[in-house]
Amino acid sequence: MGGTLYRGREGMWSWVLHRITGVAIFFFLLVHVLDTALVKVSPEAYDAVIGAYKTPIMGLGEIALVGAIGFHALNGLRIILIDFWSKGTRFQKPLFWTVIGLWVVLMAGFVPRQLMHIFGGA
Amino acid sequence: MIVSQTIGSAVIPAPGTKYEKYARGPRRVNLEKWGWIYMRASGVLLAVLIFGHLFVNLVAGEGVKAIDFAFVAGKWADPFWIVWDLLMLWLALIHGANGMRTLVNDYATRRGLRIVLLGLIGLATVALLALGTLALTTFDPCLGLTAETADQIPQCVM
Repeated sequence: MGGTLYRGREGMWSWVLHRITGVAIFFFLLVHVLDTALVKVSPEAYDAVIGAYKTPIMGLGEIALVGAIGFHALNGLRIILIDFWSKGTRFQKPLFWTVIGLWVVLMAGFVPRQLMHIFGGA
Repeated sequence: MIVSQTIGSAVIPAPGTKYEKYARGPRRVNLEKWGWIYMRASGVLLAVLIFGHLFVNLVAGEGVKAIDFAFVAGKWADPFWIVWDLLMLWLALIHGANGMRTLVNDYATRRGLRIVLLGLIGLATVALLALGTLALTTFDPCLGLTAETADQIPQCVM
C-alpha cells in the first residue's frame, strides 16, 4: 500500500519543520540585527528602512515569521521534554499534537491583531 | 585473577580493563555535549525572551506600525530592555549558528564546501554579535529629539 517512499509520522514531520523554521528564523535574525543597527547611522536611516516593514506584504511576512518562531519554540520545549522527562519519549506523539494545538491558539490570538494593525486603522 | 596476555606483539587486555581512551589522564571537555546542553538551556530562555519581545513590539500598543526610532529610543532609555535585547542577541545568534552548523555537517558532504559554509556562519555570527552589542551599548536615546520634544525621555532633559 502506498509504495515504498518513507513518509514518517509525527516524529519525522516535527524534525523536518524544526529544521525549516530554524533556518528561516536564522536568516531573518541576520537581517534583523542589521536593520536594528541602523539606529547607529541616524534616526532617519532607521525610520526609512523600518518603514519597509510596514507594508501589507511585510505584515503578512511577519505572520509567517511569528508562525515559524511559535512552532520552533513550542517544538523545542517538546524536544526538551522528550530528553529530560521520563515519560517524554512515550508521549512524543501526543506532545506533537499538543504543540500543534498550542500553536493554533497562539496564531488565533496573533493573526487577527496583526491584520488589524496592517489593514485596519487600529 | 585473569591478567592481560601477550601473544607475539598483540596484547589482549584482561576483562574489565578500562578502554584506553578513558584510561588516559583527566577527561577532556566534550564540546558536542556542551553544545547539546546549550541548545536546550538557551532555547528555554529564548522562548521567554522572544515571546516577550514579540508581544511588546507587535501585539501591545499599535503593533509594527508604531515602530520607529522614537519607539526604540523609548525602550533603550531603560537598561532593562538593553539587557533583555543583549541577552536575546547573544543567546539567539549562537543558538542559530550552532543549529546551522548541525545542518551544514548533515548536508554539506564535500569537505571544501563544508569548511567554507562553516567559516561563513562563524564570520557572520562574530560580525553581527559585535555590531549588535555596539548598537545596544553605545546607543543615544536623545539623538532624535529636539529641544521641544526632549521631555519625552526623562534623561534627555538638560
